[in-house]
Amino acid sequence: MAGKTISEKILSAKSGVDARAGRVVVCAVDCAMGTDGSAPMAIDYFEAMGGGPVRDAARIVFALDHYAPAPNRAIALLHQRLREFAGQFGIELWDVGQGIGHQLMVESGRALPGGLVVGADSHAVTYGALNAFATGIGSSDLAAILICGRMWLRVPESIRVNLTGQLPRGVYTKDAALALAAALGADGAAYQALEFGGPGVGALDMDDRLVLGNFAVEMGAKNGIFPADERTREYLVGRSRHDFEAVEADADARYARKIDLNLDALSPQVALPHQVDRVEPIALAAGTPVHMVYLGTCTGGRVKDFHEARDVLKAGGGVARGVQLVVTPASRAVMEALAQDGTLADFAAMGAVIVTPGCGSCCGTCGAIPGDGVNVISTANRNFKGRMGNSDAFIYLASPASCAAAAVRGSITDPREIEA
Amino acid sequence: MTGRARVFGNDINTDYIITSRRKRESLDAAVLRAYLFEEIDPRFAATVEAGDIIVAGKNFGCGSAMEVAVTAVLGAGIRAVVARSFSRTYYRNAVNNGLLPVECDTGGISEGDRLSIGDGEVRNETTGEVMMAAQLPEIMREIIAAGGLVAYFRRHRDFSV
Repeated sequence: MAGKTISEKILSAKSGVDARAGRVVVCAVDCAMGTDGSAPMAIDYFEAMGGGPVRDAARIVFALDHYAPAPNRAIALLHQRLREFAGQFGIELWDVGQGIGHQLMVESGRALPGGLVVGADSHAVTYGALNAFATGIGSSDLAAILICGRMWLRVPESIRVNLTGQLPRGVYTKDAALALAAALGADGAAYQALEFGGPGVGALDMDDRLVLGNFAVEMGAKNGIFPADERTREYLVGRSRHDFEAVEADADARYARKIDLNLDALSPQVALPHQVDRVEPIALAAGTPVHMVYLGTCTGGRVKDFHEARDVLKAGGGVARGVQLVVTPASRAVMEALAQDGTLADFAAMGAVIVTPGCGSCCGTCGAIPGDGVNVISTANRNFKGRMGNSDAFIYLASPASCAAAAVRGSITDPREIEA
Repeated sequence: MTGRARVFGNDINTDYIITSRRKRESLDAAVLRAYLFEEIDPRFAATVEAGDIIVAGKNFGCGSAMEVAVTAVLGAGIRAVVARSFSRTYYRNAVNNGLLPVECDTGGISEGDRLSIGDGEVRNETTGEVMMAAQLPEIMREIIAAGGLVAYFRRHRDFSV
């Protein structure tokens, strides 16, 4: 019998059966996260299912990130309800201002190699960077996990993404993610896993891997998963609460297909409105006017992203007149690091609007909303019409450096023209 | 199950089904149904009738995993979505709420066609065309047959696999 992919191995361990692609299995969940966007409905489902007790509260966490801080009374009441429920059942809750749940799952060491780690939010795929089987679920799934600690999953076929080379100067992991989305399309990995591997993995640090893991869902993937290596173990020192064992694919694992992504050959990319897979080299979009630049989200809101953006902004002499620059750190830890090293002060001095750590403007639930006809360039992962709260705005997606370059010129610009 | 086809294209994301900003005001499906598909078809909510069947191309329900994108559809009295393919989170949420997701070739279906969904097939009563539909795995059939995960869990309190 053929060997197994990383995903098949993890789901076999979590289900106790031989979990091969295509089989539906019921798995024990190591950790499940709900946000203020999904957990309130989960509580409704939980109560409709018959209510408590919660099977294992230590495996559950809530994050108040989509509406941070609460923009109206209705949301304030949802937040109160989540705090009360979490208190009643002993569930950990990351309150307003602590950051995006996905970032906190990673920072806190709740997402570990070999684990089945899920979130009631599509970008839960992010934790695959840490060699976890990580996928998005709905509120009803979260309610079921509250009650029984388990979930059903169809074991995905895997697409092996072989990474080679390393990113050239001025080109970043976000460009690789956009290029992959363009190559596969928005449903190119539907129902499947993206299993990253190859010699290029070693050149990517944890922040880089989180970007690619995060983007897996934009290609329809059930999960995106990396092998664990020395960098993974280094990242988890001082974070992991439990022992873990890295999971590797068997040499004779069966893949739906194999694709190569040569990092050496990439150039800066941009996704055009209103589709994530409508991607072209940034040079072709150069000159498009930009009115709002958004730095943040679970894709591009980490320390390294802000450093890259700050460097371009400084080299370019700051923000162009007429451009609103919005900065939303992915977590309080990110914000504190940026405060300590002076980056936050740099952004403030350049006139940036600095917003509470959380999901911010990304899905139009809070934060700065663009006006009609406004072109936004963003480090986020989605550019659907209306995504940032106004269907008459136009969202472009690019790397932090490319977003910063657009802020400098007031129009879409290849960051390599500015970088020192 | 029979109903009138309401046809959409490819890559209809959950924000197009029900925009995230409406969630700020209410999670009640009876309220949200008034805003169904407002980004791409502002007249849809006023013209939807109970029993209508949503028809789409590939990757229906991509984007967010938000479950209101399913409950708002159910709130409008729609019981089935027929698409060439679904995003997995939408498919999952549909099953868990008892909204029937049917995967088949939808290229020959036009707005207003009369559809009949049977076991393993979708029949277009207007054109006479019959499309083979993918079979759901057993656990999904059981959840749908129960009327969704709530009813399933009220009975079992766990997955009976």
